[in-house]
Amino acid sequence: MTAPSRPAPAATVTEPPWVRGLLLAVALLFLLLFLVVPLAAVFYEAFRKGAGVYLAAITDPYALEAIRLTLFAAACAVPLNMLFGVVAAWAIAKFEFRGKSVLVTLIDLPFAVSPVIAGLLFVLLFGAQGWFGPWLKAQDIKVIFAVPGIVLATVFVTVPFVARELIPLMQAQGSEQEEAALVLGAGGWVTFWRITLPNIKWGLLYGVVLCTARALGEFGAVSVVSGHVRGLTNTLPLHVEILYNEYQFAAAFACASLLTLFALVILAIKTLIERRTARQRRPSSGETA
Amino acid sequence: MSASPRQPSVLPGFNLTLGLAVGYLSLIVLIPLAMAFLKAFQLSAEEFWAIVLAPRVLASYRLTFGTAFLAAAINTAFGLIVAWVLVRYRFPGKRLVDALVDLPFALPTAVAGITLTTLYSSNGWIGQFLKPLGIKVAFTPSGIVVALVFISLPFVVRTVQPVLEDLEAEVEEAAASLGAGRWQIFRRIIFPAIRPALLTGFTLAFARAIGEYGSVIFIAGNLPMVSEITPLLIVGKLEQYDYRGAAAVSVVMLAISFILLLCINLLQRWGRLRQV
Repeated sequence: MTAPSRPAPAATVTEPPWVRGLLLAVALLFLLLFLVVPLAAVFYEAFRKGAGVYLAAITDPYALEAIRLTLFAAACAVPLNMLFGVVAAWAIAKFEFRGKSVLVTLIDLPFAVSPVIAGLLFVLLFGAQGWFGPWLKAQDIKVIFAVPGIVLATVFVTVPFVARELIPLMQAQGSEQEEAALVLGAGGWVTFWRITLPNIKWGLLYGVVLCTARALGEFGAVSVVSGHVRGLTNTLPLHVEILYNEYQFAAAFACASLLTLFALVILAIKTLIERRTARQRRPSSGETA
Repeated sequence: MSASPRQPSVLPGFNLTLGLAVGYLSLIVLIPLAMAFLKAFQLSAEEFWAIVLAPRVLASYRLTFGTAFLAAAINTAFGLIVAWVLVRYRFPGKRLVDALVDLPFALPTAVAGITLTTLYSSNGWIGQFLKPLGIKVAFTPSGIVVALVFISLPFVVRTVQPVLEDLEAEVEEAAASLGAGRWQIFRRIIFPAIRPALLTGFTLAFARAIGEYGSVIFIAGNLPMVSEITPLLIVGKLEQYDYRGAAAVSVVMLAISFILLLCINLLQRWGRLRQV
């Protein structure tokens, strides 16, 4: 992302130094105020009452239970949406069919839907007064205010991430290599594993990383379906909310700092992938030029 | 994008993958959405309009769309400057700054919410400086704008940045050698080229901001008619088991979101046309 693909304009075609200084100052001040200060504040508030309080907060049984549930929901949502992403990208990038652009738009739908509405959709389906509510009650299956609801809501909000990364990537790569492999006698499955997957691995990883970040941090959708039962249906972001509303600020920020650390790891992985793929892309664009 | 020849493809798996993709999408996304519309249409037309046009609901639309618009506008202005600085200038720590721009995408919204509330409350790091000026941010509508600016910050930067990177230096050099001033070059050459990207970024930020819940509920104060956003109103209806009411208001929000999604698609198509 950072590497400009064209040489920057010559020094003669730039702004006077004072304009450059001003723009730089405005940009950095804006980012300082909105990104760096909040980031610092999370850790400051988390450790404000000392390391003891911090450790107690993150080893609290309810916190551990919340961490476990958060990881479980992500472990369900990410592989499902990864498979969906690969399958959808294969159909969309490798074939022509009517209604393709509609399908691409539909994949983006969960991004356009408010997380609260995403949660509501599943309450309307499986809640006590929902379409399948009475039937589920008769079978004694709980979906809403229970773990399945949390998993469903997480799956919904993370549907587009992998597909969105893979579709443009696979479209740009074309299918000549796969066609060559097939002509040479490889089966469809072998072609996918040996040709397609190595080609898309970075895009796939990128999508999975973004998907994981969202799955672990989702709040609105999960909040609507969870019922906030401590130790049962509380994810880590919901646990942060409960602690905060109980004025246990240090504990709330301690748990928040775990999520923040995770966000920073995600950013680091994401940046590494971007640099790697930028390095791969540059020589090839040099060849075609 | 490379336009590879499109004869009937020799690749296998079309029916399987398309079937799986459409099936999964229907099960997880389309059927639940359709059911919500059905739920809302169990109401008579009069009931529906009475719910979605009630004064408290109207106030929440005004607040939600007003604050989202303001946040998206702020991010368009500052996002352009940030993208410009990241593409055109060299400064120490540039790569770190570039990576940090995506923080709002990675940070859970609840964390953003409690942190911004703490920062902007009257004894917080930032709030204490605003208090003597008589500016109250936390627990007011301006707090909502702050939260929305945070969560939608990366959109404009990330849509404008690649377009700026791809701009041809030669055009600017030609304009400069013909005697155009820097501002004139920006207004007449650079700005028209990045306008589709700017608009796309604005719309993406706006669409994201109108649905936002996690970060806003902490900082908003959540007073009905004053600082209650529409998503919170939906949650309130749900908590009172008013499923139809919640579905009705959601249908209005969904309709607006779909229109915005359509706008984004059209804008991106326009941007691609310009680039060719």
